[in-house]
Amino acid sequence: MTPQLHDLPSQVRRDILRMVHAVQSGHPGGSMGCTEFFVALYFDILRHTPAPFNMDGQGEDLFFLSNGHISPVFYSVLARSGYFSVEELNTFRKLDSRLQGHPTTHEGLPGVRIASGSLGQGLSVAVGAAQAKKLAGDDRLVFTLHGDGELQEGQIWEAALYAGAKNVDNLISTIDANGQQIDGSTDEVMPMGDIGSKFAAFGWEVMHIQQGNDLDAVRNGLRDAIAKTGKGKPVCVVMHTSMGHGVDFMAGTHKWHGIAPSDEQLEAALAQLPETLGDYPA
Amino acid sequence: MHSYTDSGSKDTRSGFGAGLLELGRSNPNVVALCADLTGSLKMDAFAAEFPERFFQTGIAEAHMIGMAAGLTIGGKIPFTGTFANFSTGRVYDQIRQSVAYSGKNVKICASHAGLTLGEDGATHQILEDIGLMKMLPGMTVISPCDFNQTKAATIAIAEHDGPVYLRFGRPKVPNFTPADRPFVIGKADVLTEGSDVTICANGHLVWEALEAANALEAKGIKAEVINFATIKPLDVDTLLASVGKTGRVVTAEEHQRHGGLGDSIAQALAMHRPTPMEMVAVNDSFGESGTPAQLLTKYGLDAANIVAAAERVLQR
Repeated sequence: MTPQLHDLPSQVRRDILRMVHAVQSGHPGGSMGCTEFFVALYFDILRHTPAPFNMDGQGEDLFFLSNGHISPVFYSVLARSGYFSVEELNTFRKLDSRLQGHPTTHEGLPGVRIASGSLGQGLSVAVGAAQAKKLAGDDRLVFTLHGDGELQEGQIWEAALYAGAKNVDNLISTIDANGQQIDGSTDEVMPMGDIGSKFAAFGWEVMHIQQGNDLDAVRNGLRDAIAKTGKGKPVCVVMHTSMGHGVDFMAGTHKWHGIAPSDEQLEAALAQLPETLGDYPA
Repeated sequence: MHSYTDSGSKDTRSGFGAGLLELGRSNPNVVALCADLTGSLKMDAFAAEFPERFFQTGIAEAHMIGMAAGLTIGGKIPFTGTFANFSTGRVYDQIRQSVAYSGKNVKICASHAGLTLGEDGATHQILEDIGLMKMLPGMTVISPCDFNQTKAATIAIAEHDGPVYLRFGRPKVPNFTPADRPFVIGKADVLTEGSDVTICANGHLVWEALEAANALEAKGIKAEVINFATIKPLDVDTLLASVGKTGRVVTAEEHQRHGGLGDSIAQALAMHRPTPMEMVAVNDSFGESGTPAQLLTKYGLDAANIVAAAERVLQR
């Protein structure tokens, strides 16, 4: 563990809020709920080479963000792990930026291997990448993240069926189970039932991370998931998080799914988040 | 009379299957995916010879497209196979985001395109696929005319770095282009030289256009038939060179008038050389069950309709 690891979530949340505030658009809620996951993944779990970035990623673990709207946390962690400069975060959602509203390969941003935004497509892409690794004799792993609401897309279940049936066991898919989506709670919009049981029925090895906003719990959970790979089944991690975690007035509600904080709200939020590694210059 | 002879009718989908098998042997990076239509797409020989490089996805076309995009990450060259309807309309957003916008080197190979699918009827007879695909930035769109050209195009697209839509069909049709002629993406082929009217055709209607040229010649009209197998990028130079001689254009295709070869040609002519033009295409309707020949006649796509269009454009 690097000394900075536990300093990162607070800084990443500051990045998220400042990026979204600057352009008064973007998706802070899900980003903040998944901050510990991204920090654990990029600073502890993934075996990866941030620079020079290689699209094919042979010999590296790969990550695909399927719920692309939480781009702020993705960009912050990519920058802070060395894929591109932290200063570039101030271009988020602005004209001529590589940091598009939703992640894309189109402008050549290092660290992004597929466009996402239209939901439900990332699991299929990850299955393809995982199969490519098997064909190449590459024993590294493929990770994905999905929203729980995203699981309402039918393509997810096409991909889940394939991965289970065809023993894609070099794949770890994490579900951000925050119980929220744009129109309200998932229970109000489209109750998801038992997500873990659904994946298990599709032939996946299923485990839970109950404390998805506890960095060490996420790290340990992902290690457990890695230990379950290579045994004939893809691995599904149901990770229980709180949308908007880290700022008291943003946590646990769908209301901050796609809303930017005002000047006053930003100030109040940043007051709850120590600047640990230094803010990127505005 | 045109000098092309049918060396024995074959289906264009078998040209795809033959090309794919050859690619399997020559290029270890080529992989194939199919959504439960392996026999219909003639992919069974590839699947049998290269089982580790063949991915049966089941009836899950959206997943197949996404998985193909993922297989490119690591350097594979995926060829997806299903019917044209399920290759495009059903999975448009997957192609748009995971393939085209992401710049992935996926070859979307589509059989049973157009009316000549025949008896299955309109649910399967997509007539909008070329329009859907050509609107996507960076997408190359190809509709070859016979077995030999489909095989050659299949081989050629593996060498092209970028997404490609390759469209072909179900019925046996005349096989008349040279067997070993390499396919050049973006190059139209002048099949007959003529000075009175340019006939731009692709897919199954190229043979109909050649038959039409014979009938026109009997009436003293010299038609220049050009095979526009590549719709995008369009070979504007070849088009303008021909129209410079003839001053009259007919387009012929097994597709909706909206969005097909005809409107690509019309756009090019409107910009570079406004020219009287007639379009032989399906006019804003769905198809129906019937034999391929019956359907081409009923929907106005056969040689007789190309002749009539040429005569109309010559009177303008």
